[in-house]
Amino acid sequence: MAKILVKPEVCIGCHLCEVWCAVAHSKSKNLIKAFIYEDPKPLPRVAVEEDLPLTFPLQCRHCDEPDCVSACISGALHKDPESGRVIHDKERCVGCYSCVLVCPYGNVFIDHENRKIVKCDLCAGLDMPYCVSNCPNEALIYVSDS
Amino acid sequence: MYSHLLSEFTVQRMDDRCIRCQVCERQCPNGVHEYDKGLDRMFTYEEKCVGCQRCVVMCPTKALFVRSHPSEYRMNASWTRDKFQNLKKQAETGGVVLTGSGNDKPYRIYWDHMVLNASQVTNPSIDPLREPMELKTFIGRKPDTLKINMDGDVPKVESELHPNIPLASPVLFSAMSYGAISYRAYKSLAMAAKEFGVMFNTGEGGLPVEMRKDYASNAIVQCASGRFGVDQDYLNSAAMIEIKIGQGAKPGIGGHLPGEKVAQHVAQTRMIPQGTDALSPAPQHDIYSIEDLSMLIYALKEATNYEKPVSVKIAAVHNVAAIASGIVRAGADVVAIDGLRGGTGAAPLATRDNVGIPLELALASVDRRLREEGIRSKCSILAAGGFRCSADVLKAIALGADAVYIGTAALVAMGCTLCQKCYTGKCAWGICTQNPYLVKRLNPEITSQRLVNLLKAWSHELKEMLGGMGINAIESIRGNREHLRGIALEEWELNVLGVKGAGE
Repeated sequence: MAKILVKPEVCIGCHLCEVWCAVAHSKSKNLIKAFIYEDPKPLPRVAVEEDLPLTFPLQCRHCDEPDCVSACISGALHKDPESGRVIHDKERCVGCYSCVLVCPYGNVFIDHENRKIVKCDLCAGLDMPYCVSNCPNEALIYVSDS
Repeated sequence: MYSHLLSEFTVQRMDDRCIRCQVCERQCPNGVHEYDKGLDRMFTYEEKCVGCQRCVVMCPTKALFVRSHPSEYRMNASWTRDKFQNLKKQAETGGVVLTGSGNDKPYRIYWDHMVLNASQVTNPSIDPLREPMELKTFIGRKPDTLKINMDGDVPKVESELHPNIPLASPVLFSAMSYGAISYRAYKSLAMAAKEFGVMFNTGEGGLPVEMRKDYASNAIVQCASGRFGVDQDYLNSAAMIEIKIGQGAKPGIGGHLPGEKVAQHVAQTRMIPQGTDALSPAPQHDIYSIEDLSMLIYALKEATNYEKPVSVKIAAVHNVAAIASGIVRAGADVVAIDGLRGGTGAAPLATRDNVGIPLELALASVDRRLREEGIRSKCSILAAGGFRCSADVLKAIALGADAVYIGTAALVAMGCTLCQKCYTGKCAWGICTQNPYLVKRLNPEITSQRLVNLLKAWSHELKEMLGGMGINAIESIRGNREHLRGIALEEWELNVLGVKGAGE
């Protein structure tokens, strides 16, 4: 199954993965338009963990037995048996944040404005997730399904 | 004391592009950028800016410009801005002005005053993409004559051969020590040298034990005045040994690696206590004459069973030709000459900018002197100090070099922007620092590839230019000054260089 792997030893803590993740999930897909002119502002689905000098980005691990899916009260989260991805259905999400509470990695993020959650979808539909292709130091590696 | 210094750089931010992502703030080791959450604005402290351009390159929206600060003193041809600033700096600190990188003063760059030849009509040029072209060369002492006896059909070399090291291309990485540069920068050089079939030079900081298995065969190990990291295994692991007498950026001066940079692994490699200053004396304290040098050369040869060529590296200074002659007669297999524009991690500004002579003149006079004395074949000449492009390399070889060392060019390929702040240990590019947060900025897999690409590109260009001259091997252009012509040079300069003026 597809996964994003991290090499913390070359993560420079620039947070550009967060910036580009937000762009990937914006309406315009344009960096400046997305951040300056879009409302609501696009949110990243990855967070850089920091305990300097250690830094590394972390996004949804798409766990084999995802706690978030078990905890979801509205059936908005499910594990796709084919791709192995943990998929979030925005329409079904009721904003109870149970998933946020149980995620052991802290990788389910709250969208306060819409009272829903957002999480990594591995940039579904793209060959390469934005965070991986835009990492300036190649600290992220995308291992695709094949 | 209130500072009278003007800011060196001005930082401009295009507000219609800035998305407050704070990448600039996180990337600047000097604290130039600061985000105020309450105001949702970025603030700039441009007096701290060293002009390294890290924030400019990393800014995802290209919202930043860093350029020379526009404030000026009254124009004065004698009292220039840098003289002003250094005076004020010294008035405020009472110290020696330090700097890094190579000499940036407008001394004549002779490479830019020499042009290469090409074949037209009377001799054919060669297309290196269609015909073989040889860049491989060997460094070390060559036999005076070559005697070959035929054993049946098998030729046997009767002459005594001396140890030589092969180079896939006549470009080596010059001495940059682990400690001065980060482990990753050092390892990148080693990885690239190994992949491309050239050499890297350990500098005087030793060769980490865990790197010896994979990279020592491409290492030139230095034995410098501080003797850091030198033991029998170090010497025997390497391809070549280099005795460092001088450095182009600071002839006559030793080195000083501040204790803050002597981290645990650096200390272990250098064989000194952690956190202590690594002081390299100005002279080698056991060398006060050519005879003393000879003793060290043969001590090193003895220690390595006469299996490694021994190089002696000197700074290009007055009388360099006579010094080089003495070095060869002392038993060195290689003479490395580091010119006026050679780089450094730290040097007093006064020394860097005023001591030594341009490499081009030193190289030409050394090559001529050794030829005149009939000892040119007893050594190889490595030229170092300010090689910026493949054409410089080719011109140096035509002036008599066997191969060239590149230091600054390699650093630039890794990311360096010559901000000259190497001595602060806060290199924003992760090269000249031991700060664990900053060193992560180099990913040796990427950096070594950049270096290999540089060597590949230069090698292609060397082949193109050689082909244009109708020459199919780098060995055939060596010392071939007929392929050089001087432009806008005075007669004495042409005489020292041993080249004719253009049109002659």
